[in-house]
Amino acid sequence: MIMKTTSERNKQTTLFIGPQHPGITGNMMVKLLVEGDTVVRAETHIGYLHRAFEKLIEQRNWLQSFTLLCRFCVPEPDPMELTYARAVEAIEGREVPPRAKYIRTIVAELARIQSFLLWYGGQAGSAGLYTLGQWTVGDRNYILDLFEDLTGARIYHMYIWPGGVRRDLPKGWADKTRRVLDYLEKRLDDYNRLLFDNAVFQKRAQGVGIIPKDKALEWGVTGPPLKGTGIGNDVRKDEPYCAYGELDFDIPVYEGGDVWARALVRRDEIKQSIRIIRQALDKMPGGSYYNRIPNPMKWRLPAGEAWVKTESVRGEIGFYVVSDGTEKPRRVHLRGAAYTHGISVLEKILPGQNIADVSFILNSLGACPPEMER
Amino acid sequence: MSIIDLKGLLVPLGALKQIAKEPHTIKYPDQTKEISERYRGFHYNDLDLCIGCGNCSTICMNEAIDMVEVEDIEGKPGDSGLRPRIDYGRCCYCALCVDVCPSGSLSMTADFIKVSEDAFDFLMIPGKDNPGGKDKITFDASTDTSLNLFERVPMRELPPEERVQSFAEVFLGYTEEEARIEASRCITCGLCTENCPVHMHIPEYINAISRGDDEEAIRIIYDNNDLPEMCGKVCTRRCEDVCALQVRGEAVAIRWLKRYATERAENADMIRRIVNPEIREPNGIKVGIIGAGPAGLTAGYYLALKGYDITIYEAKSEPGGMIMYGIPKYRLPYDSIQKQVDYMKSIGVKIHFNTKVGKDISFDEIYNKHDAVFMGVGLQKGYTLGIEGEDAEGVWAAVDFLGLVNEGKRPDMGKRVVVVGGGDVSMDSSRVSRRLGAEVVQLYRRRIVDMPADDEEIEGALEEGVQIIEKAIPTRVIKDEKGRVKGMEYVRAELVPPEGGGRPRPVPIKGSETVIECDSIIAAIGQKADFGLLPEKVQNSLTFERGKIKVDDERRTGYPKLWAGGDAVKYGRVDAISAIADGFYAAESIDAYFMQVKA
Repeated sequence: MIMKTTSERNKQTTLFIGPQHPGITGNMMVKLLVEGDTVVRAETHIGYLHRAFEKLIEQRNWLQSFTLLCRFCVPEPDPMELTYARAVEAIEGREVPPRAKYIRTIVAELARIQSFLLWYGGQAGSAGLYTLGQWTVGDRNYILDLFEDLTGARIYHMYIWPGGVRRDLPKGWADKTRRVLDYLEKRLDDYNRLLFDNAVFQKRAQGVGIIPKDKALEWGVTGPPLKGTGIGNDVRKDEPYCAYGELDFDIPVYEGGDVWARALVRRDEIKQSIRIIRQALDKMPGGSYYNRIPNPMKWRLPAGEAWVKTESVRGEIGFYVVSDGTEKPRRVHLRGAAYTHGISVLEKILPGQNIADVSFILNSLGACPPEMER
Repeated sequence: MSIIDLKGLLVPLGALKQIAKEPHTIKYPDQTKEISERYRGFHYNDLDLCIGCGNCSTICMNEAIDMVEVEDIEGKPGDSGLRPRIDYGRCCYCALCVDVCPSGSLSMTADFIKVSEDAFDFLMIPGKDNPGGKDKITFDASTDTSLNLFERVPMRELPPEERVQSFAEVFLGYTEEEARIEASRCITCGLCTENCPVHMHIPEYINAISRGDDEEAIRIIYDNNDLPEMCGKVCTRRCEDVCALQVRGEAVAIRWLKRYATERAENADMIRRIVNPEIREPNGIKVGIIGAGPAGLTAGYYLALKGYDITIYEAKSEPGGMIMYGIPKYRLPYDSIQKQVDYMKSIGVKIHFNTKVGKDISFDEIYNKHDAVFMGVGLQKGYTLGIEGEDAEGVWAAVDFLGLVNEGKRPDMGKRVVVVGGGDVSMDSSRVSRRLGAEVVQLYRRRIVDMPADDEEIEGALEEGVQIIEKAIPTRVIKDEKGRVKGMEYVRAELVPPEGGGRPRPVPIKGSETVIECDSIIAAIGQKADFGLLPEKVQNSLTFERGKIKVDDERRTGYPKLWAGGDAVKYGRVDAISAIADGFYAAESIDAYFMQVKA
């Protein structure tokens, strides 16, 4: 250990970003050791939001947990429902009707779009560009309207559950969805003008918060941050679930590993999501939307375990579920992308960055504290 | 500054063109939001449709729903009288409560705005506190989307043409898989328990069956029913009448599930091993029981468990009373009763057969020999038709006819039999006559839908080729010169609603007399009790009501240390499970009596 001289120690200051800070992405805190404007060391502190989700799910039967699952992470409730439902189905061997698979695909992609629209706000806002966030969050409402029509709720849908989905597509919903997609597609150019064509954003994002390509997989990076390093891994392509295997879409990949590349990936992901939803609507099979489960109060899964992963908005999320043959799970464990991105990756890439870029980088990684504290 | 940077500074200014655009937001209350057709807002509950089963409250993990008493709503069979009250400080609007509502009364509405300074205003009883919600229902509990399973697992049965060939059991019972599935439909509300005369622990044993623990189910069942296999086959199943699922679908097959569980214990030894009851030390108190029917056996069994010395006196040569001699073997096989009685004997219940009280032994002797007496003598004598020519040879009382057949005799009924009546006994008579090879015509004075018989029995009879003539009143038995039945004359009736309201009365239509040729007639219009065994002084101290002994809630008669139960007492309905309830509660009462005497 190298002893620091008094003068060196005096130059360094400890700073706390969060848990109450407009630049933090939820109830977490980043403790920084800074020298001048430069970060020397960063530590992520969580513990402000622990709700014991995993333990609570163990107290509930296989269906009751769906009211909790969506609350893991506000911006992306649906991937949680989807992944858990798939894990339950995997343990039980329950078939999902093709129509339900397509509806699930649409819901998952709508969830991706609305979450990225929210991200636009955070990313631009942390660079001081507030207009874009107001636009995208406003436009996000059109997607929430679609969710309201489909599921009866705007944010916490509790819509995807074991065996399929809870209700069939309402009349006219497909057309309404197409109209919303057309509108959003046009709006993407407006967003570009405010963000990607903007000198402020270009200067702030390029070359900042670099995740080295050779370290990305080792660090467990997934989702847009991984695709931003030039590695095109995506669960939807690698291990297709729902209807993804039958649909045509590309995985956007950008080199560089910086905030800029990650932002471009997200922008292109929205376009791909629109493409996926349009195809799914066109190919929507008929038939049942739901393979009815038994009475939820007495629904017993066979003993067994399952690990199921999904490409969520922020990367790969997986549920490890163990059943001991009773009405309730023996153990449920969530592994979300936020855990890696918000803790280990963040702590590795912050040293050497400017203090002003901390929130900016944090937003580009996608860190959702409730997903870290299950 | 490079040219690219200049562009980067100017392009964002394009945002200015949005300045005149309408905002996404609305100005409440000048503008209102368009609510989607599936919105999950505040609840609405149709209070008349709701049966207070509490399934909404059970599934809610936020504990937002309490079942509370509501003014003007009284409990009744099939309705707990409670209604859900929702705490909107806890509700997360997931609508699981709606999707599990068996009656379909609970739904959610387009309303979602409520402003109040008083926290208690957010405790709402849907339907009562928001009567207007009825017109704003958005998320409803349709049967398509319900999480309840409304369809019963069908019971396998013999085809009708095969059934009439023999007295083989008609229903074949559930397989293990079928029973598990059927048991899993139960929502554990317990409305059934309330309507069962002996309040069996129905949700508990169904839970055990659905868990795959049949032995536990048997233990739970034997807690307050000592003849469950009989009940599992022929009970009048009032539990199923009030099942929460029958509001919109088919009731859980409670009877068949009980049958499934009890049949897992194949013989008396297995019952003994599984139930393994706690038997108290003998207390030396002797209780005499008259009649080995369901009431007597039940009282005897539960008293024997409590350490009493039990002796049952039975006139016939086999135990079971009406379940042995009244119920045909294709519904309740001999071995099934024998198995359960053997088990009771193993507990220490002694039965003296062929001992008719009043003939082989006097009532006084029994009364003096024992510290207490329970009487369950049943209804032994069939009512007569009270029409001309009834003394003809070939006119039977149903109870005598069924008794004879159940003893193994096969009386010659001729080619065609006329059965009179509409209850379960009449159905038994018709179906047994079919099995004896006769053609059967059944006369009933009201319509088939008015018949008190179990629907299943009516359906079975029709399938087996029994012809039922509705609204027909017998008027005369026609005899041949040898005094044998030759035919029966009846008149058609029309149903006239009585002035004071109530059930329509059949009134004969003049001139509609018709004659059916037949070789036998069976009168199945009810039975009465024969209290000839009781000495006069005992009879004088008892109260009778419509030919039956009146007892109090504990089944005590007006005579000291004499309890009574079963069909011969005026308490509840006339069926086996009510008799079991009488026996069970009399046993509790007798025990309580002696505990008090000792103390």
